Amino acid sequence: MSEKLTPEVVAQALQESLSALAAVEDAATLRSQKAQIVGENSPISRLNALIKAVPNEQKAEAGKLVGGARAQLNQAFEEKEVKLESLAANEALANEKVDMTAAPKFLRLGARHPLSLLMDQVSDVFVGMGWEIADGPELENEWFNFDALNFHPDHPARAMQDTFFVKPVENHLLLRTHTSPVQVRSLLERELPVYVLCPGRVFRTDELDATHTPVFHQVEGLAIDKGLTMADLRGTLEHFARVMFGDEAKIRLRPSFFPFTEPSAELDVWHPDAKGGPRWVEWGGCGMVNPNVLLAAGIDPEVYSGFAFGMGIERTLMFRNGVKDMHDMVEADVRFSAQFGSVI
Amino acid sequence: MRIPLGWLGEMVELGSKATPNDVMAELVKVGLEEEGSHGGDISGPVVVGEVVSFEVEEQKNGKTIRWCQVRVATSGDEEIRGIVCGAANFVAGDKVVVSLPGAVLPGGFEIAARKTYGHVSDGMIASAKELGLGDEHEGILVLSSIGLDPEIGLDAIALLGLDESAAEVNVTPDRGYCLSIRGIAREYSHATGVKFQDPVLAIEPVMGSGFTLEVKDSAPIHGKAGCSQFVLVGVAGLDAEAKVPDWMVSRLKLAGMRSISIAVDITNYVMLELGQPLHAYDLDKLVGGISVRRAKAGEELVTLDQKTRKLHEEDLLICDEQGPIGIAGVMGGARTEVSSTTKSVLIEAAIFDPISIARSARRHKLPSEASKRFERGVDSSISRASASRAAGLLTELASGSFSGVGAEYASVFEPAAIEMKLDYPGQLVGVEYSADQVIASLEEIGCTVTKIDDLVQVIVPSWRPDITHKTDLVEEVARLIGYDKIPARLPVAPPGRGLTSRQKLRRRVLSGLTGAGFIEVLNYPFVSAEQNGWMGSVVGVELENPMQSEARFLRTSLVPGLISAAARNISRGSTDIALLEEGSVFLPNGGSAVTALPAGNERPSETTLAALKAAIPMQPRLVSGLLAGDWLPQSPGQHSIPAGYPQALGAVEIVMQQAAVSFELKQLEIAGLHPGRAANVLVAGKVVGFVGEVHPELASQNHLPRSVGVFELNLDEIFALAPDLVQAQELGVMTFLTQDISLVVDVQVSAADLTKSIVTGAGDLLEEIRLVDDYRGKGLDAGQKSLTFALLYRAHDRTLTQAEATAARDQAVELANQQFGATLRG
Repeated sequence: MSEKLTPEVVAQALQESLSALAAVEDAATLRSQKAQIVGENSPISRLNALIKAVPNEQKAEAGKLVGGARAQLNQAFEEKEVKLESLAANEALANEKVDMTAAPKFLRLGARHPLSLLMDQVSDVFVGMGWEIADGPELENEWFNFDALNFHPDHPARAMQDTFFVKPVENHLLLRTHTSPVQVRSLLERELPVYVLCPGRVFRTDELDATHTPVFHQVEGLAIDKGLTMADLRGTLEHFARVMFGDEAKIRLRPSFFPFTEPSAELDVWHPDAKGGPRWVEWGGCGMVNPNVLLAAGIDPEVYSGFAFGMGIERTLMFRNGVKDMHDMVEADVRFSAQFGSVI
Repeated sequence: MRIPLGWLGEMVELGSKATPNDVMAELVKVGLEEEGSHGGDISGPVVVGEVVSFEVEEQKNGKTIRWCQVRVATSGDEEIRGIVCGAANFVAGDKVVVSLPGAVLPGGFEIAARKTYGHVSDGMIASAKELGLGDEHEGILVLSSIGLDPEIGLDAIALLGLDESAAEVNVTPDRGYCLSIRGIAREYSHATGVKFQDPVLAIEPVMGSGFTLEVKDSAPIHGKAGCSQFVLVGVAGLDAEAKVPDWMVSRLKLAGMRSISIAVDITNYVMLELGQPLHAYDLDKLVGGISVRRAKAGEELVTLDQKTRKLHEEDLLICDEQGPIGIAGVMGGARTEVSSTTKSVLIEAAIFDPISIARSARRHKLPSEASKRFERGVDSSISRASASRAAGLLTELASGSFSGVGAEYASVFEPAAIEMKLDYPGQLVGVEYSADQVIASLEEIGCTVTKIDDLVQVIVPSWRPDITHKTDLVEEVARLIGYDKIPARLPVAPPGRGLTSRQKLRRRVLSGLTGAGFIEVLNYPFVSAEQNGWMGSVVGVELENPMQSEARFLRTSLVPGLISAAARNISRGSTDIALLEEGSVFLPNGGSAVTALPAGNERPSETTLAALKAAIPMQPRLVSGLLAGDWLPQSPGQHSIPAGYPQALGAVEIVMQQAAVSFELKQLEIAGLHPGRAANVLVAGKVVGFVGEVHPELASQNHLPRSVGVFELNLDEIFALAPDLVQAQELGVMTFLTQDISLVVDVQVSAADLTKSIVTGAGDLLEEIRLVDDYRGKGLDAGQKSLTFALLYRAHDRTLTQAEATAARDQAVELANQQFGATLRG
C-alpha cells in the first residue's frame, strides 16, 4: 500500500463519490448503488484502510479529515435520496390516476315507494305530537267497516261506497273501504284518552284511470278525550297542513256529511306551492265523532267527545309532488320510486 | 242536482248577473259541493228568420241541399241572406232560427260565412239539437211546429230561453230535500240571507174524492209502515199529445232530464221543483180502486221498461183489482202507463219508507230519480200540494181539468222533540254561541224551538227527517253561523311512546333492503287462482265482485305480484331489477263464519267481538323480493355481476340482522322455486319464509330471464321471535390465531351441516368461521367436493398457542369425519 492519506487523496475520494451520486437520476438506481456511493465499496470507505497506516500521533487528524468528507457525502446522499424518493412517489401517484367519472359501480341504489314514505312521514308528524300509530286488517268484518261507524244496514251511504265483498257474502267479510274501522278497533282496545293515526290500504271498486284506483291508501286520525271540540280538530289539521305544505298553508272546513261524524266537514288546504299558483285543494273529510260510534265502542258520549279526519295519500302525493297519473303509482315501475330518492 | 238559475230565481232573488259559479260559491258555504255548470254557452246573433225561397240542388256526392234565401230582418233587401241547408223539413214561408256569422252555438261551434257546395253560406239554419234544445236533429227547427210565430229578426236566444244556465251541486245523502229547486232555494237563503219564497204556499190545493184506496202493510220493515201518505188526484179531458212548452223542455234539459210527453214531463217537473216524486196512471186502464200492499209470493209485474219483474215479498206495491201496477217509489207498471191516447190520469203523490224503497230499488237494480229521493227522505207535508201542482199544470198546458176524482190516506205522524242544552253547540264546536244565535239558527232552518231554562226542545221541519239527534242540531247551528268562525286550538295528547317495536321493525327492514339496492313497489292484492297456485297455494279468499273476473282471489304470497311487476319493468326497458314489497297476504282460516251482525250503536259483548275477529281470515304481513338481470351491470374494469338467489339470501340476512335474530336454511323443494335452488328460512326451528330461485318454467312463462332470485319472509313471525333487547357480549381482546382448513366431503353434504360440525368439534376457542371456497374437479373423486373454511381462534383469558389451535382443528376434523366422512385435504 503505497498511497498516503493526504488531504488531496481525501478530496479526490469525496469528489469521486459526489460525481457518482450526481450521475444517479432516479430513486431505484440510488437504492441499488447505495453501497457503491456511500457504503462499504465507496471510495470514502476505502480510505478507512489508509488510516491504519497513519502514525498514531496523526491518526486523530486523519480521522477528522476522513470523517468530515464522509459527513459531507452522507448529507449530499440524503438530500438526493429525499428528492428522488419524493419524485418517485409523485410519479407513482400520477400513474395511479383514474377517471373518477368512469369508476366502476359496486353498490346498487334502492328506493322506497313514495306512498309508503309519505305515510311514514305523516305518521312522524303525529308521533311528534304524542299520538300513536294504529293499524287493522285490510280484509275486515262488515261490522267494523259499516255498522259500528253508524252506517245503518239500509243507509244510502252504504251504497255510496263501492265495496269489494268476499264470498260468500252472508259471512259479512269485505275489503275495508276506508281506514275508519281502525277507529272502532282502537276505541274498543285502547284506554281513553285515545289519540291515534291509522295509515293504511283501502279498497273501492273504481276502475283504474288517471285519478282513480281500486286500491289506495289513507291516513285517518282519531282523538277522543274529555272536552275536545271542532276547534281542536281545526288546530290539529292546521298544524298538519303546515308541516306538509309549508308555513303559508292554511285549511278551510266546509259543511258535509259522513255517517260517522256529526258535525261533518270537507277539508280544503291552501296549497301555497301548487302548480299554477296558490289555491285551495280538496284534501279530505273530517268531523266530530258521531255519538253512535262512541256507543259502539262502549264509550259514554256525554263524557267523552272527539274528532276524526282522513285523507287520501295518493291524492296528497298527486297535488303535492306533481304526479299526474295514478297509473304511475300502481304499476310498480322502478323508475317511479327511484326518482324520489328518499325525499318526499 | 242541477239547478237551472231561472227556476231558482223564482224562489230567491238572485240578481240578474248571477252565474252558476256565483250560486255554487254560496251553496258551498252551507254544505253543498260544487260539481260544475251547464248551458248558457250560446252567444252572438241568433235570430228568427223566414225562408223566402229556396232551390233544390243535387250535389256530386249524392247529397241534396237547399240553397235558401232567408229574411233575417223585417225590412231591407240586404237582410235577405243566402244560406245552404241540408235539411228538407221546411217550406217557403216557414219561420226558423238562423245563426248569423259571429254566433257561437253550444259546444263552441262558431258560425262564419263560408263557401260550401258552390255558394257562400251566410249563416246557418239551426236544428233543435244544435241550439242545445234536445236530441231532435232530423231537420231544422221550424218554429211553427212548436207553436211559435214570432217577429222576424227577433233574438231567438231570449225567445227560446237558450241563455238559461244551471249550476250543479253534489247533495250528501242526509239532505234529501236538496234534490229539489225548493230545497236548494232554501239553502241559498241560508247562505246569503235573501228571502226564500216557498212555492208550495202559492199552490191552490185540490182534493178529490170517491176513489177507492186501501193502504195496508202486513210486513213492515223494522216495524215501520211502508206507506205513510198517499194522495190521488184525477185530471180528465187531457190532450196527451199537447206540445211541451219550450221553457219546460229547456228547464228539464238543464236539470238533466229528457222531455218525453206532456204528462210525464209535468210529473218530472214537479218532482224537480218540489222534491216530491209523482206518478201518473192512465185512469181508463185502471181496474177498480187502488191498494198499497206488500207483494205476495210469486207475483210479477211488467214495468214501464217492458221487463217482467219477479216481485219479492218485501216489495211495496201499488195495485188495482187486477194486480200490481207499480213498485212503490221505484217504477210504474206498463199496463197503466200514460200514452198518447190517454184522456184521464190519476196522479199519485205518496210518502214511502226510505228503507223499503232502497231495498226494492237495489233488489231490482232500478235506481231512479224517484227512488233516490225516497231513500233520502221526502218532505212529508207537501204530497197534496205536489199533486195539485201537477194537476194545475196539466190543466194549463194539456187542456185537462180537475175531475174531482181522488183519494187521500195519511197516517198520523207526531214528530219527536229533540232536547238540547243551549250551551251544547258551543261545547262541541268550540265557539261561544249565544242562546239567541242557537235558537235563531234552528228557527231559520224551519225548526220549532221551545226554550225551557237552559234547554231547548226542538221539533224539526217536515223536510228534515235526517235530524234525529242533538249533534245534528249542532251541525245546523255551526254551518249557519259558519265553519269559518271556528278557531284553531292544538290539543295536547298524553305523552306517547312513539312507534311500536313492530312498526319500527317494518321501517328498519324497508330501509335496510332499499339501502342495499332493492326498490319498493306496491302491487294490487288481486290475483288469479293460477297465480296463487304458482306458490303452491290452492285456496285463496275469493271476491264476490272482483274488478276483473280472472283476478278474483286475494294473494296468498307477494311473489306473483312481483313476478308480474318484474315482467312489466323488463318490457319497459328496466331489465336489471331488484323489487321489494312489504304487505298483507290473505289466508283463509278455519274460523267459523259470523252470519248475523250485532247492532251498530252499542258495544257488542266480548264473546261477540272475539267471534267477529276470529271469522276474519289471517292477514300476515310479509316482505318479499325478486331479482332479475344484473345485480351490478358491467362497468369500466368490472364484469357484470348477475342477480339471483345469492342476493336474495343477502336480503334475508339483512332482514334477520334488522330483527336481531339468527336463522338457518333448510334446503328442500318448494312450490314455484327451482327444485335444486330453494331453501326454507328457519328461526328457532320455525319456518318463517323461503329463499331461492324462481322455477325456470315459471320465469319463462312470465317472460322473465331463466335465473330469477326470490325470497319471502313473514315479518309478523320474525317479529314474534325477535328479542326485545339485545344483551351485549364481551369482546375478546387477546391475540388471535387464524387457520384455513379444506375438508373433502360428498357433494350432497351441505356447507351448513359441515360448518355446524366444525363449530361443535372445535369448541369454545373458535370465534369465527367463514366458508371461502367450494372446489370440485381435478384431484378429487367425482361426487366429492372440497370446502375451505377460514377459522379464527381466540381465548378470552390468555394468548393462544399454535398447538391449542391445532388441537381444536383436529377435534373439528375428527367430528366432521365421524358425521360426514370428511377428510382433511392435504
